[in-house]
Formats: sequence, structure tokens, C-alpha cells
Amino acid sequence: MQTPALVSRNLSCIRGKQTLFQGLDLQLDSGQWLYLQGENGAGKTSLLRILAGLTLPADGDVLWQGSPISKQRGQYHQDLLYIGHHAGLKEDLTLTENLQALCRMDGLRVNDVDIREALTHMGLAKRQHLPARVLSAGQKRRGLLARTLLRPAKLWILDEPFNALDVNAIADVQNLLKAHLAKGGMLVLTSHQTPYLGTDAHGFVLNLSGSR
Amino acid sequence: MPVLSAYFAALHRDLLLVMRRKTEVLTVLFFVIVTTLLPLGIGPEPDLLRKIAPGAMWIAALLATLLGLQRLFAADYADGTLEQMVLSPKPLTILVAGKITAHWLVCGLPLVLLAPVIGLQFDLSSDAIGILMLTLLIGTPLLSLLGAIGAALTLGARGSALLVSLLVLPLYIPTLIFGAGAVESYIAGLGAMGHFSLLGALLILAAAFAPWATTAALRISLE
Repeated sequence: MQTPALVSRNLSCIRGKQTLFQGLDLQLDSGQWLYLQGENGAGKTSLLRILAGLTLPADGDVLWQGSPISKQRGQYHQDLLYIGHHAGLKEDLTLTENLQALCRMDGLRVNDVDIREALTHMGLAKRQHLPARVLSAGQKRRGLLARTLLRPAKLWILDEPFNALDVNAIADVQNLLKAHLAKGGMLVLTSHQTPYLGTDAHGFVLNLSGSR
Repeated sequence: MPVLSAYFAALHRDLLLVMRRKTEVLTVLFFVIVTTLLPLGIGPEPDLLRKIAPGAMWIAALLATLLGLQRLFAADYADGTLEQMVLSPKPLTILVAGKITAHWLVCGLPLVLLAPVIGLQFDLSSDAIGILMLTLLIGTPLLSLLGAIGAALTLGARGSALLVSLLVLPLYIPTLIFGAGAVESYIAGLGAMGHFSLLGALLILAAAFAPWATTAALRISLE
């Protein structure tokens, strides 16, 4: 049997004196998704940051395609798209400039047409030349999620992707996630509302509150 | 080359932000005001002014660079774009180098270009002004490079503005000594080659190691 693409072994995370979770084993293969549940402060974001390689776990390790992510940072980050709970946009730049800067720093060549298409897909065609500071929280969120259309990545790690989005936008994003899974992508997400990702893709739910 | 394009992407982004915000230009204004206040406060004694000119201008340059340093990573840290840079498939060191270059272009290079005008206020000869410009040209990138390490180390700490100053200013001492010393020894007729060589050596050393040190400090600060 082939080894699963994303594996975590015996992960634990300690914040201050509190152990958020310990001995956490996960595995995720292509076309599968993992939904993290838990109350505020249960360690959802901490786990996402550990999986993305932003934070080191107190114990255990994360493997990507069979080898530890700290040993192959460039390759892992090529395959990974992480969108945190931050706005992640420069307030003084327009959405187009923001996306262009993000893509070019990732080493991607994108032209204005690609960006316009991605923003149109997210329903922001009329807002593409406005500075991010005048946009609403939901519009910023959608602008940032337009990155998922511009950057090919096998593994998406999304922290609260549905935050501040209206009902239609949530449906759009869920379709985006379904399409990603149907193409064999992987997805790890947290959310305070249960995502509906169809029955085709195999999903797991992990409740972190129980470990406290 | 893909690595170079990531460097220019970071550089271009930071310059674009400066153009939009425009407050960064105040750093240059700070340099002009401090160096203008000194002759006014000390009084019109050409001999004394000529004597203090190199030191005064170098200290003003150190303080002006320090002003821009606090914002070098703090803004990107606050809005989460720094996180995205860390997660870029391109080496973080390259992106950091692009940001440091942008900082120098905005906070360092204008000081070099303004030096002749300021030098006139101190009644420096045109030769001495030339030497001063050259020391600033070699020295200001050094200030940006060393400062970036301090800015990365204090990222996210409370009162980081003050911490950066306390951490970085002592590191600036060699640059200050050789920078101001070059002009002084030229005026004294001793030649400035020795000072230039040492400044150049410091710059090469900093250019080779400071981006790596800054990257390591950023990774720790982001944990």
C-alpha cells in the first residue's frame, strides 16, 4: 500500500502550561479532507500552523510524501496553500496588486487576465482596482480565497475560510473545495459551521475539545 | 531566474507600498531637520561646524534609518502577509533581501543624495563632501542590513520600537566610527583608504550573513 501523502505522528502542542493536544496521529490521502472542530482555544489554529510548518510541535513530526516537512521546506511549500485567519492583504494595495505580489513572491508568473478571471469567479470583478482598505471583511476574505484559483497546490490548509462570508459566497467556496477534492487535492480546514463537501470525497472530523 | 524574480517581487511590492503610503518619506525629512537644527543650535562658527559635520551627519543618518526599521517587518506581521512569505516555496532569505533593499532605497539612498546640500550648511569643502557621500553610500546599506536583524528579533515584542533602538544602535558603532572617521581623517590630510576598506569589508560580511540571520530571527518570532 502506498503511504498517505500527509501524515502526522504523535503530535503534541503545549501553550504555556496547558497541553492543547498530545499523541495526535493523522493521515490524509489525495481526495480526502479533514475538518477540525473545537471550541475557541481548543488548539485548532495551533494544529493548522504545525501542519503548515509555521510552528514546531512540542513533540512528534509531520511527514509529507514520506519525509519530514522540515527537511524539504521548499518542496512542501510548493504543494501547500495555507490561508490563515488574518486578512493577509495589504490595505494600501488593490486586490489585483495584492494577488500579483503574493503570486510573484511564490515564484509564479501570473498576468492580469488570470487575476481578473479569478476575482470575477469570486464575484469581485467590480472591486479589483479598489484598495483593500475600503473593502468589507467578506470581500477581503473572498479576495484572498481567489489565491486558490491562481496557485496550483495539492494540499490546502484553510483557517476559518467561511468567516464573514454571506450565504452565496459560502456556497461558492464549498463548490471550490469540492472541485479541489474531485481533482485529487487534499484539504484541512477549521470552521464554526459544518462544511458540506458532498459525499464523493472521503472526509474526517476531528474534535479537539475532547482532548482537553 | 526564478530566485531573482522572487527578490524583485518583494522589492517591487515594498516600494509600491511606500509610494501609496508616503509617510516613509518623512524619514528623509527627519534627517534634513536634525542636521539643520545642529548648525542653528551651535551657532555660526565655521571651524567648529566643519569639525563636527561628519559625526553629526552620521548620527543623524543612524537615527533616520532606525525610524524606518520599526516598520520593516511589523506591518507585514500584523496583517499576516509575513506568514505568507514564510510559506512561499521560494527561500525566505531572498524575500528578506528584497525587503532590506527596499528599506535602503527608501531610507538610505536619499540620505546619500542629500548629503551635498546638508554638507554646505556645515561649510564642508567639495572634496570632503565627496568623501562623505561615498562613506554614506557604503555605510547606509550596512545600517539597513544590521537593522533588519534587530527588527526581526524584536518582532511581536511589546515596546518593540524602543527595543530595536537599544539592540541595534550598539551594532552601529563600528559603522559610525569608520564612516565619520573617513571624512575626519581625509580633512586632516591622512587619506581615507583604510576606513573605506574596513567599511567595505563590513558591508560584504553583512550582505553575506545578515539576510540569513534575519530569516532565522523571523522564523523564531513567528512561532
